[in-house]
Amino acid sequence: MSEEPTPLVSIRNLSKSYWRGSQQVPVLEGINLEIPQGEFLALMGPSGSGKSTLLNLIAGLDQPDAGELQVGGIEISRLAEGDLARWRASHVGFIFQFYNLLPVLTAFENVELPLLLSPLKRRDRRDHVALALQLVGLADRMDHYPGQLSGGQQQRVAIARALITDPTILVADEPTGDLDRDSAQEILDLVGRLNGEFGKTVIMVTHDPRAAETARVIRHLDKGVLTDVVP
Amino acid sequence: MLFLKLILRNALRHKLRSVLTVAGVAVAIVAFGLLRTLIGVWYLGVEGSSATRLVTRNSISLIFPLPISYLERIRQVPGVAEVTYGNWFGGIYIDRKNFFANFAVNADHYLDLYPEFVVPPEELAAFRRDRRGAIAGENLAAKFGWKVGDPIVLTGTIFPGQWNLVLRGIYRGARPNTDRNQFFLHWDYVNETLKQTTPRRADQVGFYVIGVKRPEEAPATAAAIDRSFTNSLAETLTETEKAFQLGFVAMTGAIVTAIRIVSYMVIVIIMVVTANTMAMTARERLAEYATLKTLGFGGGHLALAIFGESLSIALCGAGLGILLTYPAADFIASALKQFFPAFHIAPSTLWLDLGAALLIGLVGGIFPTWRAVTGNIVDGLRRIG
Repeated sequence: MSEEPTPLVSIRNLSKSYWRGSQQVPVLEGINLEIPQGEFLALMGPSGSGKSTLLNLIAGLDQPDAGELQVGGIEISRLAEGDLARWRASHVGFIFQFYNLLPVLTAFENVELPLLLSPLKRRDRRDHVALALQLVGLADRMDHYPGQLSGGQQQRVAIARALITDPTILVADEPTGDLDRDSAQEILDLVGRLNGEFGKTVIMVTHDPRAAETARVIRHLDKGVLTDVVP
Repeated sequence: MLFLKLILRNALRHKLRSVLTVAGVAVAIVAFGLLRTLIGVWYLGVEGSSATRLVTRNSISLIFPLPISYLERIRQVPGVAEVTYGNWFGGIYIDRKNFFANFAVNADHYLDLYPEFVVPPEELAAFRRDRRGAIAGENLAAKFGWKVGDPIVLTGTIFPGQWNLVLRGIYRGARPNTDRNQFFLHWDYVNETLKQTTPRRADQVGFYVIGVKRPEEAPATAAAIDRSFTNSLAETLTETEKAFQLGFVAMTGAIVTAIRIVSYMVIVIIMVVTANTMAMTARERLAEYATLKTLGFGGGHLALAIFGESLSIALCGAGLGILLTYPAADFIASALKQFFPAFHIAPSTLWLDLGAALLIGLVGGIFPTWRAVTGNIVDGLRRIG
């Protein structure tokens, strides 16, 4: 009898709602989801379906109202704010739609930023950053500021920053939403490589069916409910 | 190091805004420094007062005189080393606007009790020899272009008439804060004139100045002097020179208080301006703070970034302000030297400047830090785009 591997992300009866004035608006209701280690999952759905909210909960940016949410065996919904911040720093890499780079720091410095929370010495940090920028093909742009880079290049810097701490999960919220077709394809190829070659677990929210096709599994959310599984 | 770069680059991110804020802080620090120096000047007489000098005056008020006959009785009081006397003369030189402090004093001993007024020996001797002689402070002499030997005519107000004097000496100050604007003439000259014109006002002095042997004996000596004249026609009030000078400052206490309040208001105003600047800055960067929080940076890091930026702006302004305070003080000292015997920036004023700058920086960072630390990450990230 073969034993099922423990999933990296395990969600049970997860609910989340927001308050709009005095009105409670449910966003997620009774979500159950398991994501194995090394998975590449795309979350799709119309605007307001709750996909970004689910991603934020998995990434520890927000707290659920009810249910269980375990990542790597840790019940993150019960972590205090400081512990959650430390957990994010070491376990989650973030890729945002609008890159979220600090404009006053160079590409190199932006990528180095998360390592300030690690015990690494300066020389080791520099080696890590150089390697990460090489991986995303921007070794020759490390001294450029975000404003001097194209959208695609900025997103690659953001990916290097997401990778730099060797996180357990990469979460990407519409990573190609602000890019032209060619740049978007480059980014998707890069994310696909990170999953395929480096075994990174990727959870990506997207509107774009072409982007979703890069994933191995696509889940749809509609009105806060997961509807189907597409292998 | 990287975080320090982040702070400094953020501080220079909106150059015009930063430059204007730094300039605002600098102007406030200059104003604060000058006002604090002005308050210091007000207390210059108090600071310059000696611990070994007592002043005895009529217990009713300074405007009531004391008999000259008290001189020998005071000299006999235990603890008294020297005693001299004088009168506020209140003479006007040409015009009322040329005001300066002038005293009719015991020419033989008065300056012996004031070693801070340094007169060349030959000039002092010439002053003592000449009944119509006078001595002026160097700033006063420079203001009116007086030289030793020049005739000076004062018009009396308390002692009416034209008083024809000859400048016999010019004193300089032994310390930076010594008043160099005083003027002395002979009490004997005034007294002899009064004997002829208004004899009932003769043989009276406005105050006695007493040198005590040891500062610690001053209170007991003062009490002993006043006891000597209990139930006399002119009872005395003897106090240390410091208390005597503080009495004068107290008469203008409301002005000093007003200056002090204005100096604090200047700081409060720039504090509000800086806080507003920092609040605007932080509002524009909420998404960046949310990104930092997403990456795992906590409240301490955000506070460091925001307070660091606020403090760096405030301290730059303070540095510039302190540098500008010196030429501004020099300008005031030269332009208004007839009113301010000395206008020097005390080290304590610089510490107050730095303290004020720190306060400005800290207050400026409080609200933005609170907003950045307590703000919801997801809401902050939505501010992009």
